[in-house]
Formats: sequence, structure tokens, C-alpha cells
Amino acid sequence: MDFELMLKVYPFFLEAAWTTILLSVLTAILGLTCGTLGAAARLSRFAALRFLGAAYVSLFRGTPALIQLFILYFGGPQIGIQLDAFEAGVIGLGINAGAYMTETIRGAIISIDKGQREAARTLGLSSWQATYQVILPQASRLMVRPLGVNLNMLIKATALVAAISVIELTYTAQRYIGSTYKPFEMFLLAGVLYMIIIYVVGRGVAWLDRKVQIN
Amino acid sequence: MGLDFSIIPKYLDVVLLGAAWTMGITVASAILSFFGGIVFAVIALYAPWIIRQPFRLIEWVFMGTPLLLQLFLIYFGLVQIGIDLPAFVAGIIGLGLHFAVYNSELIQTAILAVDKGQMEAARTLGLSRGEALRKVVIPQAVRAVIPPIGNNMIALLKDSALVSVIGVSELTLSAQRVIGKTYRPFEFYILAAAFYYVINLCMEWVQRKIERRIAISR
Repeated sequence: MDFELMLKVYPFFLEAAWTTILLSVLTAILGLTCGTLGAAARLSRFAALRFLGAAYVSLFRGTPALIQLFILYFGGPQIGIQLDAFEAGVIGLGINAGAYMTETIRGAIISIDKGQREAARTLGLSSWQATYQVILPQASRLMVRPLGVNLNMLIKATALVAAISVIELTYTAQRYIGSTYKPFEMFLLAGVLYMIIIYVVGRGVAWLDRKVQIN
Repeated sequence: MGLDFSIIPKYLDVVLLGAAWTMGITVASAILSFFGGIVFAVIALYAPWIIRQPFRLIEWVFMGTPLLLQLFLIYFGLVQIGIDLPAFVAGIIGLGLHFAVYNSELIQTAILAVDKGQMEAARTLGLSRGEALRKVVIPQAVRAVIPPIGNNMIALLKDSALVSVIGVSELTLSAQRVIGKTYRPFEFYILAAAFYYVINLCMEWVQRKIERRIAISR
């Protein structure tokens, strides 16, 4: 174990960890947005929207995220989409995560008892009011924990952007493995930072989950 | 530069060969991850403390870090300690171990869910602890976790694209190689995506069949 080397290179890993965090935050925001829209489409009363939502989920969950990134980043220019690697990373991973979150959000909504909507309608609430004042507040409590799992996967998936040369944790580890031939040390540096990020986010999700539960 | 899908037939054989590799790697890693998962689960539940604790740490590391990073560690790490394996073997080991950890989580829960009376009855009938585990408890536990393990295997198919980064000529890298010649990334990555999608659909179909069979035999 070469601690001297680890001490020398760790500032670069720390800097890369910030990029990973920034990537994760932006991807999570885009993913949640896509997931919400996707769930709304899948639960829509319009068959065309339901079909679009189902197609989105099936296609993006049915193919590797890495290929989706490559299509966007390398294939994008052919259809007039010019993005730098970081932008392509956020957009590609965000849309991918959104497909998984669509199912999480939809799952939480459909698990709310039908009687809740019926009761709300009987009490004179409009369909819109029933959704926003009765169904969603209950469903959002059920979503926190499974969305936390999505978030955990998303943070690890940000490693994929190393393949399009975004200088984040995995790319940094790869580069230093190549230049120092110390794979174990570099893995340890990057791995510990990933685990800290994932641990902190996990605690945050657990805290939020406790916060939203009704005792 | 617009799109021109008419170029695809010329290079279809290269991409098809890549797809065959992807399927082979997926099957090999799936088998490794299945049996690895059983072994890991037994260690996590029944091994002595001195083995169990470091093992838990390793599991935790595998679940808390990206697969891509683990692949770099295994591929370059093995070379460093003098084991020079072909990239595809390193890829299979990496994918297999990664998913073995996830399968192990499922199998552990399932083993604990098998009624205690099963183990007691087996022991009463004269089976040793190991035999009782192997012949009575684990077969029942494994049957219960086949559907969620199926989900892991479908995830494994998609994650097998990552081994292209350590130079395994599977579907993704084959597409990349063709793109290097033709400069047509959009067309060939879409083609690769279509292959993944079809394999994925086939796996989901098989999974449904197996689930139905298990449901009937219960």
C-alpha cells in the first residue's frame, strides 16, 4: 500500500468528487422532473399519453444507460444536438433515471386505495382536487424510500460519464491507475469518496422518510 | 451530416458477433453471480464471526461503489498481482461478483424466511448442518428468490455494456469499432440499442414463463 502516493493525489480525487456530486444533483433534478412527467403520462386518461409514457419507460429501461449516453453525445451532432460531455452526461443520465423514477412514482400513486379518490369525489372535490389534495400527499410519503434507492443507483451511474471523458471520480481513478499502476490505492481513494457520498445521501433519505411519516 | 441507415447491412455481421459475445458474457456472469450469491449468502449468515465481518465489509464496498470502478480494479488489479487474464474473463469475474453481492442480499432474506422447522426436521432425520442447508433449506430459499434474481439478471445484461470500457469486444465495443470506420455513431449505437432491447425483451419473456411455472408448482 503506497500511502505517500495516495496523499499526493488525493486533492485531485477530492476535486473530482465535487464534479460527481454536482452531476448527481443535476441528474437527480432532471430525473425527478422526467419521472413526474412520465408517471403523469402513464396515469393519464388519454391513451396516446399512456402509450408514450409506457414507451419511454420500456425503451430507456430496456437498453444500457451507456449506449444512451453514446447516442446522445456521439450521435447527437448528426441530428443537430451539440452538447459538451458534462451536459450530455446530465441529460442522458437524467432521462435514464427518469424512466426508473416514473415507475417508482407511479407505483406509489396506484398503491393508494381507490376508495380515497371515491370518497374525495363524493365529498364534492373535483378530480383535480382529489388528485392534488388527497392522493398525492399520501403517495408522496410512500415514494421517499424507493426514490432513495433510485438516487443511490443514480449516484453510482454517474460513473458512466467517465466513458465520455467527464473528469469525475471514476475517470480520475482510471487516469491515475493508468499513470501510476496502483489500481488498489486509486480504487480505495475513489471508493471511499463514493461511499461517503452514498452514506450521506442515504442518511438524508432516511431522515426525510421519518419526517414525512405520520405517527 | 444526416442519417443514413442503409449503411447498416454492410457491417451487420460485426455487430451480430458482438451481440453473441454480449449474450455469452451475460450468461456466464449470470451463472457465476447465481452460485456466487448462494455461497456469499451462506458465508454472511453462517460463517464464524472472524470471516463474516470482513466479508460484510467487502459486500458493503461492492454495493457502495460503481461497477465501472470495480471493473477497473479487477482488470488492472489482477494484472498487478501477476494474473494476466483476457479482458473478457476479467469482465465476467467483475460482473459476476458484483451481481453475486446483490443476489446474496436476496438469498439471505429468503434463507431466513424458510421455516425454522425445516432445518430442525432435517437435523432430526440425521442430516448434518451442511447437508440440511444444501439439501433442504437452500433449495426452498432459491425457489422463492428466482423472480427478483431475474430482475438482477436483466440489469446484468445492461451493465454488461460496461465491459467494453476494459476492451471486451461485445456489442457496445463492436458498434464502437464499426463507428471508428464509418463515422456513423448515431446509426450504429441505435442498432446496438435495438439488439440490447430485443435481448432484454427475450429475457423478460423467459422470466415470466419461469415465474408462471413456479406459481403453478406451489
